[in-house]
Amino acid sequence: MRKPAKLILAASAVAMVLGTMLTPVSAGAADAENGKKLAEDRKKGNCTSCHAYKGANMPGNAGPPLVAMKARYPDKKKLRAQIADPTKANPNSFMPPFGKHNILSGKDIDDIAEWVHTL
Amino acid sequence: MKKFIIAAMAMLIAAPMVSLASPESDLKKLQAHMFKKFPGVPLNEYGNGVYAIDKDRRVEWEAMEEFPPYEPAVDIGKKLFNKYKVAKCFPNKGIGIKQNYPMFKGGKVHTLEGDLMACLKKNGVDTKKEKLKYGKGKFAAIAAYMAYTSRGKKTNVKVPAGAATKIYNQGKRFFYAKRGQLNFSCADCHVYNPGVMLRTMKLSPALGQTSHFPVYRKKWQGGGGNPELSGLGTVQRRYGGCNKMVRAKPLKPKDGKQHPDYVALEYFHTYMSNGIAINAPGVRQ
Ligand code: HEC
Ligand code: HEC
Repeated sequence: MRKPAKLILAASAVAMVLGTMLTPVSAGAADAENGKKLAEDRKKGNCTSCHAYKGANMPGNAGPPLVAMKARYPDKKKLRAQIADPTKANPNSFMPPFGKHNILSGKDIDDIAEWVHTL
Repeated sequence: MKKFIIAAMAMLIAAPMVSLASPESDLKKLQAHMFKKFPGVPLNEYGNGVYAIDKDRRVEWEAMEEFPPYEPAVDIGKKLFNKYKVAKCFPNKGIGIKQNYPMFKGGKVHTLEGDLMACLKKNGVDTKKEKLKYGKGKFAAIAAYMAYTSRGKKTNVKVPAGAATKIYNQGKRFFYAKRGQLNFSCADCHVYNPGVMLRTMKLSPALGQTSHFPVYRKKWQGGGGNPELSGLGTVQRRYGGCNKMVRAKPLKPKDGKQHPDYVALEYFHTYMSNGIAINAPGVRQ
């Protein structure tokens, strides 16, 4: 239990920094800690069933490991777009189109993208 | 990134499988695809499902087979088979025939279970009162007994040209079409990604998936009712489960008949196991 707690802390710290420094603060600022929760919830993102990442509990291996995300996706919008509709990049994608099929709300996807960006 | 490219390439290579081709060439292509993915696994071994490609869990599975949890169900099935005089409705008195189903006859595809239900009705069995329903329980036990008597016989589904091929293609389209809120096709999981882990579950190859049905599943066992029967389910019960997993509606029988899309799916899906020996009932998680 220790590790995830630490990760959440680290993630939320990054989110705070990002939230205050990089993007204009808005009422609905993305919440990486909540994003992590949603990503691990089987009824929500369930990202863990396919992606490994630091601290993941028994992840699957259908998708690529989520690592160095900030370096690979300097533009967070692109990351968000991949989560909202992976069929844009790959029409036959094995990854569910979380936004396009209303599996998650827009705010949920914002939060998840925020969290993925910390990985 | 490398994995991404490989996955994308695999999909490009696999894409032509969806196009119209003869059943024989579909089967050859699917077999070649799996043989390449899992070198050294012989054709008949695919009848053992995920255990053909998962050495770790195979040990656990072999232990389950030592005390087969489906044996009481097969015994019950045999008694009911005799009680309802099922033998008179089938070729060879219903013994050792599972490998030939689904079967195209009189312009229609017949599944073993579809013909079994028709037989019970023809013999005047009050299926409602006797609680005989497609998919599970006592009904699945009769089907399990019939499959049990067919053990060792190689799946031998025939798809003649014409109307049969049309139904086969309907099933094939169903198998390759994305569906449900989560947007998965059967092929996504069982053709493009067998061997892949979804959390702790390993996906099995489509090849050989039908040989051990009806199956006894630990997951179904806890569903209430007679514990000797509740774990048992037909292949169409499993289709419903896989449909639900992707948040698509499972297709229910209508007017006492199995849903035509599932009949077509079972036709295509079982044809893909041609040459693999019946080993039903099997045991699965
Ligand atoms: C059922 C499998 C599955 C699930 C669930 C899934 N993904 Fe994916 N993901 C994939 C696959 C496969 C790819 C590779 C690209 C493709 O085929 O579309 C991918 C690609 C990605 C990428 C791009 C990775 C890269 O290296 O460029 C990101 C980011 C991502 N997923 C995030 C997520 C997030 C966040 C969630 C949960 C909200 C999620 N995925 C859920 C299978 C999945
Ligand atoms: C999101 C992934 C996914 C999709 C889509 C999916 N399945 Fe499955 N299926 C599974 C998993 C996980 C299992 C259990 C492990 C295994 O045997 O593969 C399973 C098991 C099965 C089994 C039982 C195998 C056995 O050895 O007992 C059959 C048959 C099957 N699926 C058929 C289908 C068909 C037909 C479809 C489409 C209608 C489908 N599946 C769609 C994930 C999926």
